[in-house]
Amino acid sequence: MKSEHTMEKRIMAIAIVDAVKKLHPKVQKENPVMLLVYISAILVTGLYVISYFGLKDAPSGYTLFISIVLWFTVLFANFAEAIAEGRGKAQADSLRSSKKQVNANKIPSIEKANEIQVIPSTRLKKGDLVIVRAGEMIPLDGEVIEGVASVDESAITGESAPVIRESGGDRSAVTGSTSVISDHIIIRVTSEPGKGFLDQMIAMVEGANRQKTPNEKALEIFLVALTLVFILVTMSLYTYTHFIAADQGINNPVSVTTMVALLVCLAPTTIGALLSAIGIAGMSRLNRVNVLAMSGRAIEAAGDVDILMLDKTGTITFGNRQADDFIPVDGVQSYELAEAAQLSSLADETPEGRSIVILAKTKHQIRTEHIDTSKINFIPFSAKTRMSGVSMEGIEIRKGAAEAIKAYVVKNVGTFSRECGEVVEKIANKGGTPLVVAKGNQVLGVIYLKDIVKEGVKEKFADLRKMGVKTIMITGDNPKTAAAIAAEAGVDDFLAEATPEAKLELIREYQQKGHLVAMTGDGTNDAPALAQADVAVAMNTGTQAAKEAGNMVDLDSSPTKLIHIVQIGKQLLMTRGSLTTFSMANDLAKYFAIVPALFLGLYPQLSVLNIMGLHSPETAVLSAIIFNALVIIFLIPLALKGVKYREVSSQRLLSSNLFVYGLGGIVTPFICIKVIDIILSSIWY
Amino acid sequence: MSAMVIEYGLYVGILVLLAMPLGVYIGKVMNGERVFLSLVITPIERLIYRFLKVSATAQSSWKQYAKDAIALSACGFVVLFLIQISQNILPVNPENKEAVSWDLALNTAISFITNTNWQAYSGEATMSYFTQALGLTVQNFISAGMGIAVLFVIIRGLSHRKDKDQGLGNFWVDMTRIHLYILLPLSLVIACLLVSQGVVQTFQASTSGALIEPFAVDGDGEVIANGSILDDRVTVNSDVVEEATIIKEQLIPLGPAASQIAIKQLGTNGGGFFGVNSAHPFENPTSVSNFIQMLSILLIPVALVFTFGRNIRDKKQGYAIFASMFILLILFLSASAINEHLATPQLEQDGAVLTAVTLDQSGGNMEGKEARFGIVSSVVWSVFTTAASNGSVNSMLDSYTPLGGMIPMILIQLGEVIFGGVGSGLYGMIGFIIVTVFIAGLMVGRTPEYLGKKISPFEMKMAVLICLATPISILASSGFAALIPSVHYSLNNGGAHGFSEFLYAFTSAGGNNGSAFAGFSADTTFLNITLGVTMLLARYLPMIAILAIAGSMVEKKKVAVSSGTLSTSSPLFIFMVILIVILMGALSFLPALALGPIAEFLSM
Repeated sequence: MKSEHTMEKRIMAIAIVDAVKKLHPKVQKENPVMLLVYISAILVTGLYVISYFGLKDAPSGYTLFISIVLWFTVLFANFAEAIAEGRGKAQADSLRSSKKQVNANKIPSIEKANEIQVIPSTRLKKGDLVIVRAGEMIPLDGEVIEGVASVDESAITGESAPVIRESGGDRSAVTGSTSVISDHIIIRVTSEPGKGFLDQMIAMVEGANRQKTPNEKALEIFLVALTLVFILVTMSLYTYTHFIAADQGINNPVSVTTMVALLVCLAPTTIGALLSAIGIAGMSRLNRVNVLAMSGRAIEAAGDVDILMLDKTGTITFGNRQADDFIPVDGVQSYELAEAAQLSSLADETPEGRSIVILAKTKHQIRTEHIDTSKINFIPFSAKTRMSGVSMEGIEIRKGAAEAIKAYVVKNVGTFSRECGEVVEKIANKGGTPLVVAKGNQVLGVIYLKDIVKEGVKEKFADLRKMGVKTIMITGDNPKTAAAIAAEAGVDDFLAEATPEAKLELIREYQQKGHLVAMTGDGTNDAPALAQADVAVAMNTGTQAAKEAGNMVDLDSSPTKLIHIVQIGKQLLMTRGSLTTFSMANDLAKYFAIVPALFLGLYPQLSVLNIMGLHSPETAVLSAIIFNALVIIFLIPLALKGVKYREVSSQRLLSSNLFVYGLGGIVTPFICIKVIDIILSSIWY
Repeated sequence: MSAMVIEYGLYVGILVLLAMPLGVYIGKVMNGERVFLSLVITPIERLIYRFLKVSATAQSSWKQYAKDAIALSACGFVVLFLIQISQNILPVNPENKEAVSWDLALNTAISFITNTNWQAYSGEATMSYFTQALGLTVQNFISAGMGIAVLFVIIRGLSHRKDKDQGLGNFWVDMTRIHLYILLPLSLVIACLLVSQGVVQTFQASTSGALIEPFAVDGDGEVIANGSILDDRVTVNSDVVEEATIIKEQLIPLGPAASQIAIKQLGTNGGGFFGVNSAHPFENPTSVSNFIQMLSILLIPVALVFTFGRNIRDKKQGYAIFASMFILLILFLSASAINEHLATPQLEQDGAVLTAVTLDQSGGNMEGKEARFGIVSSVVWSVFTTAASNGSVNSMLDSYTPLGGMIPMILIQLGEVIFGGVGSGLYGMIGFIIVTVFIAGLMVGRTPEYLGKKISPFEMKMAVLICLATPISILASSGFAALIPSVHYSLNNGGAHGFSEFLYAFTSAGGNNGSAFAGFSADTTFLNITLGVTMLLARYLPMIAILAIAGSMVEKKKVAVSSGTLSTSSPLFIFMVILIVILMGALSFLPALALGPIAEFLSM
């Protein structure tokens, strides 16, 4: 806690320095709206300077004050951006510290694993083979081609538990700068030095090659257009007053300084100042949930996604089936069945087996401590027999798939009753897995193995549906089982017996109908589907191919992450929209502050419009422009955190955001400008 | 009081009732479906296609469409300009009108090809019958037709998909259909109705009639106000005025007016045959002719909103746009009406005018309004004509109360999207809707889309161009003109009212409206050119921008609708569109209005 606090302080200190550094014109020209404020600040400062030479546009104290406020406006905007970058930079620093230069054990081939040549990792090339032993660091991103090892990836994921990496399959990818804890593996390097995953990650979180997203560009176009209109409004206003003053035979009472102040007040500086901070903050929110987006575009697309393809295992269900009930058949007692089932599962270390033992314990209080396991001959499950069980003292107990047990009892001249068949059928229809238990040639009953749906997923999916996001469950189960689980979990649709081709086909089909699809994947065979999906999250545990095909990488490899990502995407866009609305709504109060003050010399009757009862024209203009600067600072936390996100329909979301940021944007400045005016006038006079 | 409210209600109600079926008819025509006129018109239509060498199903790119439209405009400009500067040698000039000066001809030509119909001249004093009938009237048709044609390009852009072999249509086919099926038949009907009411339609030269009460002018042509005339001698306070001239006759201008007036109203053109426009007794003689013309102003713009819903195959979207426009119209109509009925205290000074409503007295502010129309018909007209980019008038806006006269000005400044000009009003509104969708879409956490088509930076660029073309044209041109000392001489009034007149002139040109506040002499070389350029920008920038949007939209596929999709037909969205339209206008013009009408109002 304390360290976090000091880190915040450090980020703050760095941001203040950066805010000043960002006054460089090269940085300023990146943000057109703030560029206007920057130029205005220079202009008014210039006016202040020439006032010493007798060219007075307005009282020089007033001009000086305005120019100071304008410079602060620019600094506040710089600060907002700097502090948003600060978090990313801090993260990048810690990543960089874990990226050490190591020596790599290069080998010519798997067969010649002994011919080790030690070279610095920077001299490795793509395709080189290296051997990494326990306690050593993996030099670069690569693919395990031989061996299996546990690897500590905490440098990247922050997760301290080691993970298994092995050749072949979907867990073959390793990342540079992670270390092998046990065993040794041979790796084929898949990236050039300096272009590895960690390097990409550092660049990403630092925002070094941050590019404006299309949506950000579109918003910027709107803001620039508004700014242009306001430039014309103020310029034409100046000539109008000139025109009217000439008509009245007086000098133009409106000063350039005040016109510039009006322009800066009207221009959408609030959103202009916070725009890049919002974007960077969105990215770092994503980083904080351990997801790495390859582009800002992907985050925005996540907000638009309306189809989520979720893997059943891990996301919707716990990923392993558990015994839920014992159903005896043919007049057998439930106790007898439970006892036999438990006995057959004693040595079964699979989650299913353990759950049978536990169920027998809890349901029938059958203890296992007294059983002498030395006399029992355990028969493990094999794909050929599709059964497992025990043989002891002439008794044979078997449990397995209905078909296998049927064959087994028939062979032992027993009968597989119709009643049993019906029970099996019923369980299968409910989406469960029936395990039939037989003792010798007699069928005792059926164990009901159930896929346990995670708590709260149904509600989560209902919320998503309200937001217009459909969920689709992807499973390898047969359609019957899939349908039952889909119904229980409340998903909108499911894909049973899913193959990579079927997934790809389904994504295409939805996209054809105009949907945007998000999915997670890890295996190499997921790569085509990942490449096709609009938002594709690859698991960090997954293969290199999957990671390359996706546009995000989930460092935690958590299947539920997709839902978070959608939320962050939506929140990012919402923050932009809400602050734009707020910024525009503010202008109304600013008009009421400045317009009467501006035209008092021409038309004294316009003072009626001074509904806030501001003290004097000078304090009115100053209050408005001070508010304009301060509001940036006050909104930084909102820009970084994002506006409140709720899972409700778009209609309700719009009305509540419109209420808070639209109406709030109209009311707030009236109050604040008045308060600033009271303070100013008490100091001033 | 209630009678007046009923009168307002009737005008608006009948307008909507007539517009709905017309909307369906226009939709069918533009899709090439059969309508009741097909039997007669289709052969002519085919003949024209054969002559133009186009097929009825031809499709072009947005760029080609824009090129065709601009080429036609350019030809129209050249022809109209040449006709004006050589009308003295052209036939059908019984009055022997002189050639029009080059800058006025330039201004007028731009004004008529851009559907603005700003007139820095008086028709009966400046233009020959040939110019009126074959120059100006023709452009009344073409400029109106072009607005409608461009609207259909964006309708197709939003509802069609290129990958399904649907295109944007063809300019020449669209123009042919619009003229043959819509503008010509409607104009014919309206012109006949107007003639029945006494609107003149003749090539006979103007004639004259004896004045019942002759009056005298002095050597400078100024009326001798308190002179009395006896035996061809003019005396003031029994002193004989030597150089006085007695005026006994009045000129009665004639001409082919009805045919031009019909399309002037239907095509939201607004350029009067006579100088005082529809306040002239030969242009708008009776309350019936007034009623017909007033309805004609908004008939096609309202109908097109319903056509939009029909042709994009989502009627609700049409109703939503209609609702937002209608609410705005009623809002502004009420504001103007209340101010005119209340009048100002100044009118009652020294008992000059009774502004209270009595049995035999209309009350309110009757200054500048025709007695045969009254306040209700005048206010409805002035609001309709500025909501649409029509610009014809039947009363003098210069004499309205400060706020009553500010309403027409605001209506133009909002971009004339409250029904607006034929075609151009609705496509302007689509610009505003895209901006609204963009902001609202962000607020619900989605990258924005309209009618299922995603809005990218390109569309946004074009949409803001559409929304801001009006404020930019008005602010830039008026701001520049305010610097020119000679412009002061164009003002007839000083102070805030004078500024209103000045602002209105640029508002009218920058909004392609064409109405005049009066009291501002606009026929100077500087103003003719400045206003001309303003009109060109205000017309063609949004037109090209909307075509570009259509071109990019037609390439996009439609995004599926879900409950996360922002509804663009909900009351909330309608409210937001209204808000954005008002906000954009207010942000751009509030300070300028404060210097004009608001300052004038506050000094009352």
